[in-house]
Amino acid sequence: MSRAASKVDTAVTSTGHRAAVGEPVLEIKNLSVDYGYDDHAVHALRDVSLTLGVGEVLGLAGESGCGKSTLAYAATRLLPPPGVITGGDVIFHSSRDDRRLDLFRMSDDQLRASRWDDMAIVFQGAMNSLNPVYRVGKQLIDVMVAHRPDRSRAAHRARAKELLEMVGISPDRINSYPHQLSGGMRQRVMIAMALALEPQVVIMDEPTTALDVVMQRQIVEQLVKLRTDLGFSVIFITHDVSLLIELADRIAIMYAGQIIEDATADDLYRRPRHPYTHGLLNSFPPLHGPRRELSGIPGSPPDLTALPSGCPFHPRCPHAFDPCDTKRPRLQGTGLPGEGHRQVSCFLHDGYDAAVPGHLAVPPKVEEKSL
Amino acid sequence: MTTTPTVDLPVETGEHGIVPKKGRGGRGAWMIFRNRKATVGLCILGFFVVLAAIGEYIAPYDPNKISKSLMEGPTAAHWLGTTNTGQDIMSQLIVGTRGVLVVGLLAAAVATAISVLIGVTAGFVGGIGDEFLSLLANVFLVIPALPLIIIIASQLPEAGGTTVALVIAFTGWAWGSRILRAQTLSLRRRDFVEAARANGESLWRIVCFEILPNLTAIIASGFIGTVIFAVLSQITLAFIGVTSVSTWNWGTILFWAQSNQALAQGAWWWFVPAGLCIAALGTALTLINFGIDEFVNPRLRTTGGTAKALRSKRIQARVGFTPVYRAPAEKRGEE
Amino acid sequence: MTFLLRRFVFYIVTAWAAITLNFFIPRMLPGNPVQSLINRYQGQLSTDATQALYAMFGLDKETTVWQQYLDYWGNLFQGDFGLSFTFFPTPVGEVIAQSIPWTLILVGVSTLISFVLGTLAGVYIGWRRGRWTDSLLPIGSFFSAIPYFWLGLIAIAVFAVAWPVFPASGGYDGAFVPSWDADFVWSAVYHGLLPAITIIVSSIAGWMLGMRNMTVTVSSEDYVTVAHAKGLKERTVMFGYAARNAILPNISGFALSLGFIVGGTLVTEIVFSYPGIGYILYQGVSSKDYPLMQGVFLIITMSVLVANMFADLAYALLDPRTRQEG
Repeated sequence: MSRAASKVDTAVTSTGHRAAVGEPVLEIKNLSVDYGYDDHAVHALRDVSLTLGVGEVLGLAGESGCGKSTLAYAATRLLPPPGVITGGDVIFHSSRDDRRLDLFRMSDDQLRASRWDDMAIVFQGAMNSLNPVYRVGKQLIDVMVAHRPDRSRAAHRARAKELLEMVGISPDRINSYPHQLSGGMRQRVMIAMALALEPQVVIMDEPTTALDVVMQRQIVEQLVKLRTDLGFSVIFITHDVSLLIELADRIAIMYAGQIIEDATADDLYRRPRHPYTHGLLNSFPPLHGPRRELSGIPGSPPDLTALPSGCPFHPRCPHAFDPCDTKRPRLQGTGLPGEGHRQVSCFLHDGYDAAVPGHLAVPPKVEEKSL
Repeated sequence: MTTTPTVDLPVETGEHGIVPKKGRGGRGAWMIFRNRKATVGLCILGFFVVLAAIGEYIAPYDPNKISKSLMEGPTAAHWLGTTNTGQDIMSQLIVGTRGVLVVGLLAAAVATAISVLIGVTAGFVGGIGDEFLSLLANVFLVIPALPLIIIIASQLPEAGGTTVALVIAFTGWAWGSRILRAQTLSLRRRDFVEAARANGESLWRIVCFEILPNLTAIIASGFIGTVIFAVLSQITLAFIGVTSVSTWNWGTILFWAQSNQALAQGAWWWFVPAGLCIAALGTALTLINFGIDEFVNPRLRTTGGTAKALRSKRIQARVGFTPVYRAPAEKRGEE
Repeated sequence: MTFLLRRFVFYIVTAWAAITLNFFIPRMLPGNPVQSLINRYQGQLSTDATQALYAMFGLDKETTVWQQYLDYWGNLFQGDFGLSFTFFPTPVGEVIAQSIPWTLILVGVSTLISFVLGTLAGVYIGWRRGRWTDSLLPIGSFFSAIPYFWLGLIAIAVFAVAWPVFPASGGYDGAFVPSWDADFVWSAVYHGLLPAITIIVSSIAGWMLGMRNMTVTVSSEDYVTVAHAKGLKERTVMFGYAARNAILPNISGFALSLGFIVGGTLVTEIVFSYPGIGYILYQGVSSKDYPLMQGVFLIITMSVLVANMFADLAYALLDPRTRQEG
């Protein structure tokens, strides 16, 4: 509820880090998702709100099972049964024309027409995203035929070759079957496919998980380059926060089906406000900057079927205090001066009398060296 | 013999439903009763088992006894009518249940034992041994079983129940063995098996305590499938007169009905009940297998249990278009 | 092409196994059926036939088993399956040659129809889950549990006795002589209709259930979700992505279960006294005509193997992964 009418105004951040500019392209408002249809349904997402600005790279991170992929699938209405959307809205604002699409109130045909044309997705499973019995070319072309029936087949084929070349695959691979390609190549094909219709938003659901580190690097670099060239907005989902810090403009951290912190990449990295974010950042060695002590997060991710009362993180939280096990914190401003744009869901920043631990209360405008 | 192989288990994908079991037995096996299909199937099967056990005591007549009421339709005295020699058909049906079940279960037990032995061995040893055993299983799978059973059974001097069961088992083990082999192959590479091997546990121990417990569902479903196959084969054999026509089972009833022109005389009561019993038993077994399959592969579940919730909320669950259901305002309490 | 080559080797091995099994079965079984046969056919069996019987059961002590085995193969290659007792003195090969076309057409056509219809229905039910079509599943499993021959009996009772619209037995009207003229063909089709419908009705459910389950399983594959995400037409996703992949295991299933199905359909022929190979087998069983039974077994096995090869060929055409080199 907290951001029901939020507007993206993260252009000016506490550190002046490059960030979302102006207009939103995708607004997710109070999205709730259940798995199951009866009273025993698991609440996989609760009131999640998130806005993606035009040209922005928004990172979505969290431990596995926190709902980050569910968010991507639900927002595109691709969540398989027994998933059901129980509330909220997803609005797509086209920045190229004046369309404003309410994804949850569209007919199937309207949704079909909008899919891939406005928003494309690169799925997690590089291995299984391609239909094993069709040639790569056919799979690149069928989406173009479905959405651009007016163009000739030769034009589609030329475009398919061009796309392959764009992602660094030799165009004669157009006649290959998926099993003839390596995992990295298949994922590149999926990226090429996502860009086939020049969508305004590309959702990447752990696009590099199944690949080796060198391949991951190459693909991420390619993505950065393509984004600069083509200017689409990206929601990048991963459990690898270190990758996001390099890649994303803004990062949202999820825990137990909720967003618990939403800030620019720089702010989040240098001054995490939520104990969970702090824990996540300390579970991997930083690539740049000063050394940190690796600590990780004690305990294991919560069971969504039996969430603890109050703040879902409190059983694992080193700073849990009075209200944490009874009341649920809301996602809202941090209460620190000069940080009007970032949000956190933690009682430490909610005006309680508890002393905020030093590392979670680093003031925004300090010299970087003093960290 | 209408057996099409029972529902294919997710062998190719291998990943689903195989959760390493820590304890032995436990509540896993009882979960099957939560499945409505399986429960219905088990109830019908239970009914026939009881009939098989006490059949000769509750049958109203001696099935061989000739009476004066010849070729009569259902009457108060003979609920399912009589044959052309005045035998009571219901008694034949009741008494014949034992033969059907004993042969079916015996054949399935032997066939399952063979299939576990061959399938698990093939999957576990790999290499040449695997190639050979898989070939053996495939050969037996492709050779048409019924004609083979017929030529074997008809050349035996004495084709009694046990013999028939063994012949059926000899021809019917291959399907189960194929599935077990595939599943064993995928289990063999799992962490918990690798761990046991690294611990230096003996092969025997690994197979018995790590592999077999995880194959329980598949063995059970293979067993049930073979019972169906065995029951149908045995009834078919009896019907065409290959096996002894003097011991009662449902196939024998049909044999006598056919050879005494029951059809042409319109004596439907002679052949309809036996067929319905076969179909009921077969359906029961199939339902049990559905239950097992759904237990193993949750993706197959018909929306069954949740169907009511879906209907009441008018949700249409389908792939590719997630339903949007906005609960009435009063139900969405703030948590 | 390795896939097809491997399969080809497999068929050679299977054919060899079936033929060898056929050779050894009469030798391994206990008892001396020959003497009882000779007694039964008192005076009717020629010395040639009794000699052949002794050879078949391996009671011919003068030759070694190996020599007998070689002779057996030699005879097979000359198409010599021995003499039938039932149709004495017609050679088994001739009896089979007369009946096999009937079976091929009846069983072949009805099995194909059943496979195609069942598969289509299965795709539809698996795709649209949670609709009324789901209620076809229990009905289907009931039908697949009914023995073919019993359904045949019911079909005759209803459509030939109680309400005589179809002939109850035979493959054609006795007034005709088998030939290719229109009257005869029509008569054959008319006689084949009821058995064909019986076979289709009792086997369709198996295909339907198998395909339904595969469609459900494949529907949750990533590439189907991708196809939805691409905004492709529902028909394209359903047939091009889901069914196109779901059918692959169903085709291997088709190949593997042909043996079962053929067994069942043969009994249907018995019920309808249809002049095919199943009815011949039945007559062989009734009169303990071992050469005939064994010849029929071999022919059925070989036909199933050939059908299997066609299924494999179809599989190879549909799945590019089998064309992988190496």
